[in-house]
Amino acid sequence: MTSFVPLVLGLTLAPLLMGVINRTKAFFAGRQGQPLLQLYYDLWKLLRKGAVYSQTTTWIFRAGPIVGLACAVAALALMPLLRTPAPVSFAGDFILAVYLLGLGRFFTVLAALDTGSSFEGMGASREAHFAALAEPALLLALVTLVLMVGEKSLSGLMGNLDALHWLNSGPALVLILAALFMVLLAENARIPVDDPNTHLELTMIHEVMVLDHGGPDFALIQYGAALKLWFFASLVVSVALPLPEMPLALLAVAGVAGVMLVGVGVGILESTMARLRLLTVPYFLLGATVLAAVALLLTAFRA
Amino acid sequence: MLASLILLPAISGLAAFFLRHPLVRRGLWVTAAAGHAALVALCWIQKPEPVLDGWVALDAAGLLFLSLASALFLAATLYGVAYLSRAHAPAASSETTEEDWLSPAPESVFVGCQLLFLAAMTLVTVSHHFGLLWVAIEATTLASAPLIYYHRDRRSLEATWKYLLICSVGIALALLGTFFLGVASASVRQGQPVALVLSNLVQLAPQLQPQWLKAAFILLLVGYGAKMGLAPLHTWLPDAHSEAPSMVSALLSGALLNCAFLGILRMHSVCQAAGMADFGGQLLTVFGLLSLGVAAVFILGQRDFKRLLAYSSVEHMGLLALGVGIGGVAAFASMLHAVYHSLAKAGLFLVAGLLLEAYRTKDIHQVRGVLRGMPVVGCLWVAGFLAITGAPPFGPFFSEWTLLKGAVDQGRFGVVVIVLVTLAIAFIGMATAFLGMSQGPSNDSNPAPTPPPRWKWMVAPPMVLLGLTLMLGLYLPAPLKALLMGAARTLEGQ
Amino acid sequence: MLMDFILILVLLTHLRLLASSRLGACIRITALQGILLSLLPLLTTEHAWSARVLGLALGSALLKGVLFPKLLFRTLREAEVSREVEPYVGYGTSLMFGVLAVGASFWIARHLPLPAPLASQFLAPVAMSGMWCGLFLIIARKRAVNQVLGFIVLENGIFTFGAGVMGELSLLIEMGVLLDVFVAVFLMGIMVFHISREFDHMDTDRLSNLKD
Repeated sequence: MTSFVPLVLGLTLAPLLMGVINRTKAFFAGRQGQPLLQLYYDLWKLLRKGAVYSQTTTWIFRAGPIVGLACAVAALALMPLLRTPAPVSFAGDFILAVYLLGLGRFFTVLAALDTGSSFEGMGASREAHFAALAEPALLLALVTLVLMVGEKSLSGLMGNLDALHWLNSGPALVLILAALFMVLLAENARIPVDDPNTHLELTMIHEVMVLDHGGPDFALIQYGAALKLWFFASLVVSVALPLPEMPLALLAVAGVAGVMLVGVGVGILESTMARLRLLTVPYFLLGATVLAAVALLLTAFRA
Repeated sequence: MLASLILLPAISGLAAFFLRHPLVRRGLWVTAAAGHAALVALCWIQKPEPVLDGWVALDAAGLLFLSLASALFLAATLYGVAYLSRAHAPAASSETTEEDWLSPAPESVFVGCQLLFLAAMTLVTVSHHFGLLWVAIEATTLASAPLIYYHRDRRSLEATWKYLLICSVGIALALLGTFFLGVASASVRQGQPVALVLSNLVQLAPQLQPQWLKAAFILLLVGYGAKMGLAPLHTWLPDAHSEAPSMVSALLSGALLNCAFLGILRMHSVCQAAGMADFGGQLLTVFGLLSLGVAAVFILGQRDFKRLLAYSSVEHMGLLALGVGIGGVAAFASMLHAVYHSLAKAGLFLVAGLLLEAYRTKDIHQVRGVLRGMPVVGCLWVAGFLAITGAPPFGPFFSEWTLLKGAVDQGRFGVVVIVLVTLAIAFIGMATAFLGMSQGPSNDSNPAPTPPPRWKWMVAPPMVLLGLTLMLGLYLPAPLKALLMGAARTLEGQ
Repeated sequence: MLMDFILILVLLTHLRLLASSRLGACIRITALQGILLSLLPLLTTEHAWSARVLGLALGSALLKGVLFPKLLFRTLREAEVSREVEPYVGYGTSLMFGVLAVGASFWIARHLPLPAPLASQFLAPVAMSGMWCGLFLIIARKRAVNQVLGFIVLENGIFTFGAGVMGELSLLIEMGVLLDVFVAVFLMGIMVFHISREFDHMDTDRLSNLKD
């Protein structure tokens, strides 16, 4: 059974998620903050602008944002929301999802290197490093879920994960959730891995890669980033909330509410924590990997 | 009776911490030591009843090691009182004036810990419950650590740290072994816990689960073997025994190693009763031979005479383990050797203390002409050398001979060859050291010794100990012989 | 279920200890572990809580959660050395080893022929991983305080295993073991203080004057 609901919800509401995060941070800072729909306005503004391309770039530079967005949309097509299955699902699709995101990131990195600027190169190398460390954590967590539930597709996983699993394997699921949340922070360039609001290039990781893109390209990049965040947030929510069978509308509402809640959580985290030193980010990701590994051990050795 | 054996030194030890006047403290120390020895003598005459459901009882092996510990403690006390009463304060750091819970007055700690050490060793010899045995052995480690640190210099600090850490970790593994023993016995009576009392376990031994029993034996051997000084777990021993003050070294080498050995013996008797004598015996033989080899290698070319004596302890502990591993007559030889080694080694350490006081160095090459400079001490030194290397007519010769005979009886010629070769190497190493120190004139390049004050008091205990080694070698009194045979028989699981 | 959570938390403390780079954090984590483990007797007894079980739990919680950290922090403060853990083996590698040790513990525990099932299926693996991590800390860290903490973790692991496997140990033995551990840590604390005062450092790898 497939349903386009998760995909449609993701495509339309992802910018709202970014708005929620920014609003939460503003609330904690005592400010009024941007309007919730700010990203929509930004995207509309950017799409109507022109773009200037440097003489030193090639087609890769123009292709980067497009491939990034395409991969994000494709990955989102595989992602269910709570029990509602995704449009596309087959055995092993979680590996495809992870590596689609990886492909998008690869092209972003290539586009950054294509500019020939040292800043982008620095950002690209950092991003590649951290992504390489985050990948085992994500895969281990997903593999543990597969082992626990017995289904090999994302939709199957989230469809069959219920309160009974929480009762039996509570500790392992808590560890998986923690690992997935840490990967969310790392993949989406959030504090404590990266500060999205910094304007100092030397402290940027993700931002500096997209520094040279402007106009429609930048709109694609922003939208793609929002979709990626929605992907991870719906992954976290689907693992965290094992709801019973409910009518589609209720599930959709609950799912959206859950994802927005994750956004609020990210916003709170960003407001209360500082960014980690670059040297300690690998340990942060190693911690996520270890949590996922322990969860795997707990699941594999269940009597 | 048994309770008073433990409580007398324990309470005196605690009291000694609080006594301010040194003479009162030393008097208490001597009185407690003498009282303890008297009680032990009473135990020879009339065997005391077990208490606490058989947890605390005195059997042949226990009485043997208890008597050794008590006699050595008395000798060390008499030596120690003379040692402390000379006006020679230890090198205390200048910050002892601060209100500091970390460094109280050294001597009260020393005397108190000595007595607590005796109490802990007594508890080891009388406990028949494996858990209580563990507690007691760990207590001996803890009570003796401050004793090693008496001189408060860098070397003794390092030695104490190694001792504390290695022995505690080893004994922690022994605790795991004790728990494994509990698991092995859990299957015997469904649901009902079996008390880990020796007599219980020996009785139920055939029904114990073999894998857990084997694992328990290995862990207990490793744990208590580390405490006993079996190679390769012996690395703390040369440091601790050489840096401690001499009377403490005497007790450590002569009494404490035996207590650790007793722990291994108890486990071995359970294994014997369960029919796994071969398994235990093989392991003990391997450890014994390894200790002999390692000790022999390190005795050659040793520069520090107290370290030399410490490695000799490793060697003799190897012999003890080997004897028990071979079994039969060799087990009796082991028990006999334990007696001789304790007496001779303690005597040697006390003489070494005198030499250290007189020459102010532990370097073998800097001590020369002891026979000329201090004739009595020199004679004792040479006599001790002959005793510890197994030269007739001293005791160790007979016990080593009996051990080798037991090995030959069982056809284990390889073992015999290794033992003879290592003993020979050790003899050569020690001969060059001891004889080099004793002979020669004391000329200008080697300063004449300054005998410490009251050295005549300090010479008496080692003289008695080495004399006993000689006399007991020539004539073994019947009660002692019966006790040794009884101890060897408990190893057969009876 | 509660016991499972507590045991998993203890497992996480083991791994956290391997990755920690500050002595203060290490001491606090060990204290937390001690408190968590002292709750276990309350959860394993099938019948109602007797005064003895309560006393034991309270006593060991006080000892491991309050007294030990106080002792060790006091030692650190008096010694006035830098509170950095100095590892022989880097933190990343230590953590890898920790995960491998946890995996090995789970595997071994699966194949242990225990006579009766334990109160929780995680009891044996967590206890064993505690032993491995404790031993690793003793070997792979230079600082003397870390070695003391490793010893405490090792004893925790062994005692957890014993208490879980053997059911109700005798009161005397439990008290004796606790007392021994306390005195051991006390003495070690004193020694560490003296080491730092005498040598101006707390690195045990520099304690190598005595050798042949």
